Amino acid sequence: MTARPASIRILHIALLVALAGCPVLGQKEKKEKEDAYFPGKKDVYAELSKAPRKATARRNPLERDPEAVAAGAKLFDLHCAECHGDMAEGTHKGPSLHASEVQQATPGTLFWILTNGVVRRGMPVWSKLPEPQRWQLVSYLKSLDSAGATSH
Amino acid sequence: MRLSCNWPELGSRLETNMLDSVMKNGKFAFRLLLLGLAAFVAPARSQENPYIVTYDHYLEEPGNLEVEYFSTFGTQRGGNDFHAYWMEFEYGATAWWTTEAYFDGQTTFNDSTLFTGFRWENRFRLLQREHFINPVLYLEYEQTSGADKILKEVEGHDVEADYAIPNAIARKEHDHELESKLLLSKTFSGWNIAENTIATKNLTGGNPWEFGYAIGASRPLALKASAKRCSFCPENFIAGIEMYGGLGDRYTFGLHDTSHYLAPVAAWNLPSDWTLRLSPGFGLNDNSHRFLLRWGVSREFSGFGSAVSRLFGGRR
Repeated sequence: MTARPASIRILHIALLVALAGCPVLGQKEKKEKEDAYFPGKKDVYAELSKAPRKATARRNPLERDPEAVAAGAKLFDLHCAECHGDMAEGTHKGPSLHASEVQQATPGTLFWILTNGVVRRGMPVWSKLPEPQRWQLVSYLKSLDSAGATSH
Repeated sequence: MRLSCNWPELGSRLETNMLDSVMKNGKFAFRLLLLGLAAFVAPARSQENPYIVTYDHYLEEPGNLEVEYFSTFGTQRGGNDFHAYWMEFEYGATAWWTTEAYFDGQTTFNDSTLFTGFRWENRFRLLQREHFINPVLYLEYEQTSGADKILKEVEGHDVEADYAIPNAIARKEHDHELESKLLLSKTFSGWNIAENTIATKNLTGGNPWEFGYAIGASRPLALKASAKRCSFCPENFIAGIEMYGGLGDRYTFGLHDTSHYLAPVAAWNLPSDWTLRLSPGFGLNDNSHRFLLRWGVSREFSGFGSAVSRLFGGRR
């Protein structure tokens, strides 16, 4: 058995370090890409924290409706996908709805933001959709997996 | 296009022929425009209200363009019935500002067909969030002739007799109007209630401010959405009623010598991206047309702003 030259060993170690660093770099790149998609997303997520306590405490009356998620998915496709992406992954017009800020928000908070919009950041008010339809949308949003995109 | 005043009859006839040609070409151009739009931007489906005269507080979604065509068929005592029509191009500049261009025309039966002018309308949302009542400021500049019959709003002492004047005479009157409205609207339990107060100033000839109103109420036939895509689902249909009329002018404010209408309205939001509207209107006093039949068809295109931006090298 012959010993490998030191230069090859160093090359292997460097390659391993580079490969180990790829996911981190990839994540950074993804984050930068997401930020480039919709630079104002922090403002939009921050808006969630402005929901009044009374609004955040509201429960989704359609929580146990078996059709609510499917109906919400249809409504999402009709009204929201244009800005938030087909899989709610975010576009340059609207932020990702898989983010923890959205997924951890209470149903009442999501309902409140749908009703009021974030007008200065381009999100229209959606109170023109009747309340039950907004709750159906909330059901769908809460069904999204925060780790990745889901199909609808 | 305007000809010498020495040959008014010949001029009118020539102009009518030319305008007929423009109208025919206009229809072709409209189809081309729709094809062009369809090629570059995606259709968007939205929940459109059924009103034809009244405005609620909802603006166009940012970056979207809505192309609309409307018709008004009106019966006319002491004159010829008419068919007036207009095209609207409504663009959501931001979530708080919608801007819109109108192009009006009319055909008076046994008379002629005319292009009657254009309007530029802007609506500004005054409050960022939803409130008990939501105000929107409406500002419009219009340059129309006296032959304009679209009756998009009724104001001042507008009465049926004004529309009986033959086109050749009516078209000689040129109006440059500044129109403002305060739109108040509220949606609760599925019902939308909207009230518009109108104040109009004709900038030519020292005319006084004229006033008018429009009120409307509407509701979808179902509040919950069904899980499947469907054309005939009840949530796709919105029905309601609107009432509109004049309130006199600065010197003679009130209901004296004004016309008023009551009109059931209905809209059908199709999953194929089109919205159809229908509204039979009935005059409420002797100064009003007895019957107005209005209908409209519209289609919304998303990403129009982005498509235009891309044409000029903007971000994809």
